Amino acid sequence: MLKTIEDLKQIKNKFLEKNNEKIQIKVSMATCGITAGADSIYEYFKDEIDRINNNKIVLISTGCMGLCHSEPTIEVTLPGQKPEIYGNVDVKKAENIFKDILYKKVKESDIIISSKQKKIVLRNCGFMDPENIDDAISKDAYFALNKVLTNMSQEEVINEIKKSGLRGRGGGGFPTGLKWEFAYKNKANKKYVVCNADEGDPGAFMDRSVLEGDPHSVLEAMAICGYAIGSDEGIIYIRAEYPLAIERLKIAIKQAEDYGLLGENIFGTNFKFKITLKYGAGAFVCGEETALIHSMEGKRGEPTLKPPFPAEAGYWEKPTNVNNVETYANITAIINKGSDWFRSIGTEKSPGTKVFALAGKVKNVGLIEVPMGTTLRDVIFDIGGGIVGNKAFKAVQTGGPSGGCLTKNELDTPIDFDTLKEQGSMMGSGGMIVMDENDCMVAVAKFYLGFTVDESCGKCTPCRIGNKRLYEILEKITDGKGTLNDLDLLKDLSNTIKRASLCGLGKTAPNPVLSTLDKFYDEYEAHVKDKKCPATVCTNLIKFTITDKCIGCTMCAKVCPTDAILGRVKEKHYIYQERCIKCGSCYNACRFNAIKKA
Amino acid sequence: MKCTNQVKDSCFRELKDFIDSLETKKGELITVLHKAQEIFGYLPVEVQEFVSEELNIPLSEVYGVISFYSFFTTTPKGEHPISVCMGTACYVNGSEKILDELKRELGIKVGETTQDGKFSLDVLRCVGACGMAPVMLIGKKTYGRVTADEVKNILKEYK
Repeated sequence: MLKTIEDLKQIKNKFLEKNNEKIQIKVSMATCGITAGADSIYEYFKDEIDRINNNKIVLISTGCMGLCHSEPTIEVTLPGQKPEIYGNVDVKKAENIFKDILYKKVKESDIIISSKQKKIVLRNCGFMDPENIDDAISKDAYFALNKVLTNMSQEEVINEIKKSGLRGRGGGGFPTGLKWEFAYKNKANKKYVVCNADEGDPGAFMDRSVLEGDPHSVLEAMAICGYAIGSDEGIIYIRAEYPLAIERLKIAIKQAEDYGLLGENIFGTNFKFKITLKYGAGAFVCGEETALIHSMEGKRGEPTLKPPFPAEAGYWEKPTNVNNVETYANITAIINKGSDWFRSIGTEKSPGTKVFALAGKVKNVGLIEVPMGTTLRDVIFDIGGGIVGNKAFKAVQTGGPSGGCLTKNELDTPIDFDTLKEQGSMMGSGGMIVMDENDCMVAVAKFYLGFTVDESCGKCTPCRIGNKRLYEILEKITDGKGTLNDLDLLKDLSNTIKRASLCGLGKTAPNPVLSTLDKFYDEYEAHVKDKKCPATVCTNLIKFTITDKCIGCTMCAKVCPTDAILGRVKEKHYIYQERCIKCGSCYNACRFNAIKKA
Repeated sequence: MKCTNQVKDSCFRELKDFIDSLETKKGELITVLHKAQEIFGYLPVEVQEFVSEELNIPLSEVYGVISFYSFFTTTPKGEHPISVCMGTACYVNGSEKILDELKRELGIKVGETTQDGKFSLDVLRCVGACGMAPVMLIGKKTYGRVTADEVKNILKEYK
């Protein structure tokens, strides 16, 4: 049981002493790393270290470094030298690296991390063993908790968070300190601290990475929040689809309890705090506070009107503070380094950093963290390395299904909560999907609408019926049956749904439609007037034909699943349009560029 | 995995033990349904009735919760459940083509199970491995950067 700051320091020093003289090999073992084969790399190193029986080498499985484009990644540190990071490691590369390690000389990193990144939330992700609390303490975990419990009053903690200007990273951007203050001021015999780890946005995975890579940062922040608002119980509402994050959280909670960092009389004070897990079951709307609370109570996750806000009547009608994972991950850094330090990063109205899940048609797909105010151009072309295959950049979709698209005209926009809104999009949880010339914006809008139609809880009519009708109109357009009238109707209906829906899901559901209509009207026009899909995505509007380049290799006919291609060997082939299901197999199979898609 | 897709007495006993071990039954319906689905593999009406009685919650409410959440299913899954991620990153990188290929190879639609009970096909929204898009899962194994051409070979591993 740890009682004082000295106990923490002792663990930290012992851990650092033990490890600093050793060779450290860290393998990124988050969900994405394992998907790419990191487990076999880990096994390889483990076997080799066992074989040579060298106790000077430690092998550590860590969370995600954010370098998805180069998974599996490893980091090697020789005593007294700076760490080197290697990407795309296969067993052969691992063999070479291991040989180098034995000769105590490793080659320079083959991965360069852009200097435009600044890591606060992800400071430890990928660099520590999430299943070892000593490692976390060596990186200053639980020092902030000690500081608030022994040196700060509840009001002082809340004021520090208020002064930092931290805004909720779940998407809304509501000032965190203010939220804490509301919960603090509502007197009750029981209060709750809730962590929203539902992360339902398709294309966003920062919460998963934090929970898999640095779970203690979230536990500690929840305890600090508990102290500040006067609560003794925290609950993490987490997606059941994140089994690894769940497992690591369970381990972290157990370890913190064993050390007395959670439980009764923490650091010898009167403060007690426990944390339990509740599982989500797949419902996007549960990201909304009131819906989330209903789901925690074992009910359908339907939202209710605010007020009352959760800070007044939340979980079991008690005052409840709900923040998401990324918001909590900022808290300990703010307490340790002060609100002035935090304010010095980012923009005036949106201090700090933001984690983005950069995905889609960008070269360096991954999890990045940049100061607020960084431009889209820096994110996509510097950190992201530009567009795959050097194709033309078309748009970037931010904010998930509730967000909108930004085009090349907005590339120099400094990103923060307010500027994104001004440009017709939003921050959301930080998904950033890059699209190139081959993406059809009408189809993208339809994709997001399909998502919201699936995920609407059905409680209010504008959302339940309105979005379904929006989807049907979009389907009509992509099928080539749309008219110019439909475009006006889309706009009209979208605005009505936005105005009349009950919760955030409905109020924002039409955003992808409005934003693409606004910025890519010509593409919609092409679909309804010329019955053409310029990006050749909408299958009903494209046609495959075989040109004179065909040498009659028969490859296309072989792969065609409906036998729509006829022709003799060494003679030009022909596609029967009536039979063609437009699957594109022939187009992909042809090695002579003889098939035209238009 | 003795209980998967089977409704056995011993499975009900296991579920009852779990319910009895809970500190409180208040608000634990979703927790219990998670456990039940883990034990049985799906949530047939017999299991729903059992949960309804044990927790003293009307059957209609139990069903209402099951039908609300996409994680819960009332149809048995195949021996190797396949899920294709349809998150945005996977979508723009071509997960629809993979789904089409799977439908063709298995001869079933989304939500169905093959007649021999080997495979079932589902879509899900974002496993959070967007860097590896497009992604599909077979059981607990994740396949990243899948192309439609590879689908046939991946399925062979399970036949």
